[in-house]
Parts: sequence; C-alpha cells; structure tokens
Amino acid sequence: MGQAIAFYTLAALILGFSVLVITAKSAVHSILFLVADFLFVAGLYVLLGAQFLAVIQVVVYAGGIMVLYLFVVMLVNLKRPPEAHQDRRRRSRLGLLFSLVVCAELVLIGAYKLASPASLVPPAAPMGPHNVEQVGWLLYTDYLIPFEVASMLLLVAMIGAIVLARREL
Amino acid sequence: MIDLIVLPLIKIVIVLTGILVTVMYLVLLERKVQAWVQVRLGPMRVGPHGVLQPIADVLKLFIKEDITPVRADKWVYTLAPIIVLVPALIAFAVIPFGPEVSIFGKPVPLYLADLNIGVLYVVAVASIGVYGIILGGWSSNSKYPLLGALRSSAQLISYELAVTMTFVAVILASGSLSMVQIVEAQRANGVWFAFVQPVSLFIYFVGGLAETNRAPFDLPEAESELVAGFHTEYSGMRFALFFLAEYANMIVVSGIATTLFFGGWLPPFPSQIFGLVPGWIWFVLKTFLLLYLFLWIRATLPRYRYDQLMRLGWKLLIPLALANILVVAAVKVALTR
Repeated sequence: MGQAIAFYTLAALILGFSVLVITAKSAVHSILFLVADFLFVAGLYVLLGAQFLAVIQVVVYAGGIMVLYLFVVMLVNLKRPPEAHQDRRRRSRLGLLFSLVVCAELVLIGAYKLASPASLVPPAAPMGPHNVEQVGWLLYTDYLIPFEVASMLLLVAMIGAIVLARREL
Repeated sequence: MIDLIVLPLIKIVIVLTGILVTVMYLVLLERKVQAWVQVRLGPMRVGPHGVLQPIADVLKLFIKEDITPVRADKWVYTLAPIIVLVPALIAFAVIPFGPEVSIFGKPVPLYLADLNIGVLYVVAVASIGVYGIILGGWSSNSKYPLLGALRSSAQLISYELAVTMTFVAVILASGSLSMVQIVEAQRANGVWFAFVQPVSLFIYFVGGLAETNRAPFDLPEAESELVAGFHTEYSGMRFALFFLAEYANMIVVSGIATTLFFGGWLPPFPSQIFGLVPGWIWFVLKTFLLLYLFLWIRATLPRYRYDQLMRLGWKLLIPLALANILVVAAVKVALTR
C-alpha cells in the first residue's frame, strides 16, 4: 500500500516535471526541472530496492551530465528564442510522426503484456540491500562484452573531443 | 513507531542544532586563529574574549535588508542558496558519530542511517551542491558572480574526480561502501587508513580544500579579482545560507576524513583508559583537529592562480589518484593470496 502511494506520487511528479521541462521558456529552468526529474527517478530506483542504481543515477545524470548542459546553456546566449523553421508545417508533421511512433510502442508493449501475462523470464532473485556486488558480478560475467564495448565507445568519444578541441593548437 | 519516526526525528534535530552551533563557533574560531597567526587579538568586544560574537553576527544577518537585483531571475536567485545548503546538511545522514550505545537500556546507534552505499551517497549529494553555486552566479545577472560561478563549477568538477578516486582506494582496502563498516574495518586492521594510505589522505584533503572553496583554492571568491565571486549580489539571510553551507561543508569534509582515514569514533590506541571516553567525543575531537588544519592552511598559504589550480588538479592529483588505486588494488591482491 505504502509502496503504491510512493510509486504513484513519484510517477506523477516525474510526469509533471517532464511537462515543465518542455514548456519552460528559459533553457536554464528546463535544465533545473530535468534535474528534479532525475532525482525523482532515483527515488523510483530506491523504491525498487536498487539503491546503487539510484546513487549512480544521481552522480552521473543529475550531478555530472546536467552540469555540462548547464555550462553550455550559460555560455551560449539563449536570450533570443530559437528561430522557427522556414516550413511551418514541418514541425507539426514531425510531431505527429513521433507521437505516432511512441503510441505504437505503447500499444506493442501493452499487447505483449496481454499476450503473455505470465512473464517467460523467471523473476530475478530478490535483490537484497547488498546489490553493489550483484551489479558488479553481472557486469563482469553476463554483460562483460556490452560493458567493454560501451567503455570503448566512451574512450573513442573522449579522444574525438580532444582531437576536435585541440585542432588549432 | 518510536523506532521508526520519533527516534530519527530526535537525532535529526540534535544533529542539525549541533551543526548550526558548530558553524557559528567555527566562524569565531576562524577569526581567532587568523588573529593569533597575525599577532592580533581578534573579536574581543562582545562578551569575554568575544564568545558572544557569533550571536551578534547572526542577529545582524537576520535584520539586514535582503536585496534581489532588479534583473535577476528571481526564482532561481532564491533557490540557489537552498540548493547549496541542503546537500551540505543531508550529507550528515551517513556520517557515523559513534557506535551503538544504550540509552535507558535501549540500543541507539549514533548515526542516522547506515546505508550500504554510504560513501557513494556522499559523492552523489556533493555533486548536487554544484548547481547552487552555478545558478547563484548565473541568476544574479551580474559579471563578477557569473565569472565566479564558472570558475567554481570548473574547480568543483575537476577535484570531484580525484576525491572520488580516493574513496575507491579506501573502499578497496575496507571491502565495504558503508561508513560504519569502514570504521569497523579499521578496528579489525588495528591501524587507521591514514597510516596505510597516506597518499589517499593527501589527495582527499587537497581535494576537500578545493571542494569547499577554501584557501588556498578560494578562487571562486578571490576578493582582489572577483569582489566576492558567485555570491557578490547576495545579502542578508540568503548570503548567510551560502556562508552556512561553506562551513557545513568544511565539517562534512572533516567528518568524512575522520571516518575514512582516522578511525571514526575509535580511540587512538585500544587501551582501557582511552576506552573510558565515549566514542563520539573522539569523533568530535578528530573532526575539530582537521577543521583547525583548514583554518591553519588559510592563514599560511597564499591563493593559487587559476591555471595553477587546474594544472594541479588534472596533471598531478588525478594521475596520482589513479596510480594510488592501482597500488592499493595490487597490494590487496598480494596480501589476500
């Protein structure tokens, strides 16, 4: 019961702040709302018993990536609203397309759920409070290759950024 | 019911009051230490030897006019000091002030929460504090605060990396992310991590100085260049919140250093006489010695130049921290084999 209340409160907050992110006039306000959103998502992880993921969510997304966003927004002067595209109808067409894709996805997920009510994958063993070891174990056994590929991707991005930034030097 | 709500609430009230009083007197201590170093007397007028000076200061801040610049972004301007202060205060939730003690025959742990991810929690909370500084500088809509905020956020992000990596070294040595378990690991080891990992301690403390914007890394508020840095436009209570956050952060950094490197509530030697003193007194004593080090350094060292600060952070501390992790991990593997 308490869990359900907490979940629906968090979900409502996440949705509410997401709407604020895209409706806010100032880009800095948008970023602030997005940070709040990430914190509430971390709350969802805590509710699921995944404290490690929750903290990583705060460190990486709320504390790291969004600070960089804020830097960019502050350094680029955004006082003037971005100019609309020449073709006025283009925006509404793109919007329609994307919303259709999202709707289709939701319908697919719903249909899949209805078709197989008993999930085929056996529910994972309940993650105890000590889930740091479990995450580490999974990363270095079952998901070793994706993990290494992701780290290579990050390395490439890092070197690329340095090469681009130091071209003039 | 009592265990779930009343007891934590009492603890929260005690910890918060403790922090506020400590901050007030830390400011006085700082002024006194600075004065003694410079062969002055420091505050002497309010009360004997100025012991009532903090109260006078707080009263002044309360009744001072609270100014918002006309072209400031009012919401963000109001929010910024709060965003700085709240992380500084909630970091205390995982700092263990002492072991479990029994009060009226009831076992009461002298910490608010023993999270199994305690160290990471501290990192996460600290990373949120950066926003307050950036937003405070940006929303003032003024040049000095903006420059101060940019400097400060670059500094915080750079030194956060090195500090987090020293945490990794300590976690490797203790085998746990929980603050309480780390202290227990030091008891089991029989020696504090400060003596096992002096390099980690050094990097952590230098990083801690930079994270709290203290001298010699107080560039964000270098008076001679930036007036008062990111909080130039703030006055009255809102300025007081920034001030409070800075000193609360100093206490957090010292408290974490005590826990991770100086054995938390453990006495210096496991002997009978030292064992008579309750654990939390040892904790407070060690924390204050570290706080004194902060003040001493401020009175001794001149301010770094900005490029020197960045070079120190990226080219010395981060490689050193990485090498440190490698050495600690290698030693650990060699010892367990």
